[in-house]
Amino acid sequence: MKKKEEHADGTSNGTNEYVLHLFITGATPNSVRAVANIKQICEDHLKGNYQLEIIDVYQQQALAEKEQLVALPLLIRRQPLPERRLIGDMSDTEKVLKGLGFYLHGR
Amino acid sequence: MPAKSKKHSPVLKQLSKSPTGINGLDEITDGGLPAGRPTLVCGAAGSGKTLLSLEFIVRGAMQFNEPGVFMAFEEKADELIMNVASLGFDLKDLQKKGLVKLDHVHIDRTEIEETGEYDLDGLFIRLGYAIDSIGAKRVVLDTIENLFSGLDNQGILRAELRRLFGWLKEKGVTAIITGERGESSLTRQGLEEYVSDCVILLDHRVSNQISTRLLRIIKYRGSLHGTNEYPFLIDEDGISVLPVTSLLLNAPVSTQRISSGIPALDHMLGGKGFFRGSSILVSGTAGTGKTSIAAFFANESCRRKERCIYFAFEESPQQIIRNMHSIGIDLQTHIDNGLLQMNASRPTLYGLEMHLVDIHKKIKKFKPRTVILDPITNLVTVGSVSEVKSMLVRLIDFLQAEQITVLFTALSLNTIVNEQTDEGVSSLVDAWLLVRDIESNGERNRGMYIMKSRGMKHSNQVREFVITDEGLDLVDVYLGPEGVLTGSAREAQMLSEVTGAVMRTHALSRKDIEIQRKRKVLEAKIASLQEEFESVQDQLNKSYIEEDLKKEIMEKNRKQMIENRLTKNAGNGKRK
Repeated sequence: MKKKEEHADGTSNGTNEYVLHLFITGATPNSVRAVANIKQICEDHLKGNYQLEIIDVYQQQALAEKEQLVALPLLIRRQPLPERRLIGDMSDTEKVLKGLGFYLHGR
Repeated sequence: MPAKSKKHSPVLKQLSKSPTGINGLDEITDGGLPAGRPTLVCGAAGSGKTLLSLEFIVRGAMQFNEPGVFMAFEEKADELIMNVASLGFDLKDLQKKGLVKLDHVHIDRTEIEETGEYDLDGLFIRLGYAIDSIGAKRVVLDTIENLFSGLDNQGILRAELRRLFGWLKEKGVTAIITGERGESSLTRQGLEEYVSDCVILLDHRVSNQISTRLLRIIKYRGSLHGTNEYPFLIDEDGISVLPVTSLLLNAPVSTQRISSGIPALDHMLGGKGFFRGSSILVSGTAGTGKTSIAAFFANESCRRKERCIYFAFEESPQQIIRNMHSIGIDLQTHIDNGLLQMNASRPTLYGLEMHLVDIHKKIKKFKPRTVILDPITNLVTVGSVSEVKSMLVRLIDFLQAEQITVLFTALSLNTIVNEQTDEGVSSLVDAWLLVRDIESNGERNRGMYIMKSRGMKHSNQVREFVITDEGLDLVDVYLGPEGVLTGSAREAQMLSEVTGAVMRTHALSRKDIEIQRKRKVLEAKIASLQEEFESVQDQLNKSYIEEDLKKEIMEKNRKQMIENRLTKNAGNGKRK
């Protein structure tokens, strides 16, 4: 469990198929839920096969314009291409998986 | 001390305004948009929302030193920069100087999957960051409703928008939010529910194939504002709104008189001409010389070294200049000297209101003392008579406030004088000249009269209006038993009068001679009678003297005889 988390937070080792960036706003309920949900989903479906970076937009406000942020929390799937964007607290697991293209890849 | 004086003046704190710098808009809004509050600008596609809001940002940055953030939900920054470059706004430069910040918000439903609860914090952070980075005082969100097409959850969006507008107020920025016009409400998403301080509606109306842009302030809390629909114009200088009606009739008046350029006409107007700042209407049927009168007036104005604008709706400037050459005025030199500006446009170029805005703008720019509109009747092609009238009322109001003398020409279609043909403006103008054809004896002549001229003594006479190579002149017409005599009838009358005069002089001299002669005869008679009398007297005298002589001689003889007898007697005695 711990190992995997390290993995998720750690640097890219070149083998991760999924590169995910989650933009949140501090400790708002939505953000907290989103972080918990996405971690759970990743653990359940992408074991060892992902790299998740959590970014607090409050800390890096200039990113908002650069990354075209509007609705938060936002998860961007950087890899594999094409880029996909998911907004919300990631509570709808079905949709998250669909958005990540997981089913497509899984099959 | 100043603090003390402040205390004494019990001025209520009024809503502070943020001037837009847009021509005319600040006048209608009595100073600008509500400072530190959001304003909603709504209108259909292509009504000028983006331009208005962008001009607000640019002018704020350039004229009022208020940096601004423009957040575009529709156009990309590069597109925006290009679109407004034609208006002479250099957004790139302003961005470099940190006065303007453009941010394009890209949102596409197909790229986004909604997976639960979210909020628009990203937008808040983004906007807040942009505001803070340049110290912005102004913000535009164009068109925020695009969020509704990008995001599904309307409940969240509405709540977030409400929060956004509250947040903008808290930030103390003056904001414009644009919204697309909806079917039954002002905006598709009912943004007017959230933005309640000031709502401006833009409209783009087409009637008779002519489009007019209109602006209306639907509400403006805590401020006076014009409530009418105001036409506006988008041209190379951006937006110009025309504050159309001055409700008060309190324009300054002048007692100065200016010549009409036709001495005989000035003479009819009490010898001095029109009042400065008055409005003059010259009406008449086709070909009666209305344009010539207008050109003379323009010419006279330029000769006084006063600027004049000539708005021609019928002929091109070149045509007018050529035609006026033939009656001895050279308008080209005035144009070259910068005293005369000629603007020719077909009335159908744009709607009536746009013409008014255009005229306004040109007058504001050129600052003339005299304006000529030739002819106003052509404007009816783009509007109804009542519309033309209301436009002219506003134009006259404006010109009077600026102390500009205006001369309109109007074509009356009826040859029978009809006071109602002149677009109903005859009651508005200060002086009304009527030029009409007088047809008799197989020729057409022009007659002119002054229908009215407020505030001055003016002639009630019909004058014949003649156009010669040297210019215009007014000649007294003859009123005879057959009516008014003009043209050759007048000349014939004049000739016959001259003949009569000659005959009369001749007769007079003959009578004089006769009298002379009679006198001579009488005098001769008197002389001969005198002679006669003298000869009679002479004769009488002669006989009288003879008588005397006879008497004397007889006396002498008698004495002699007596003497003689006495001596004879003595001798006789002696002898005895």
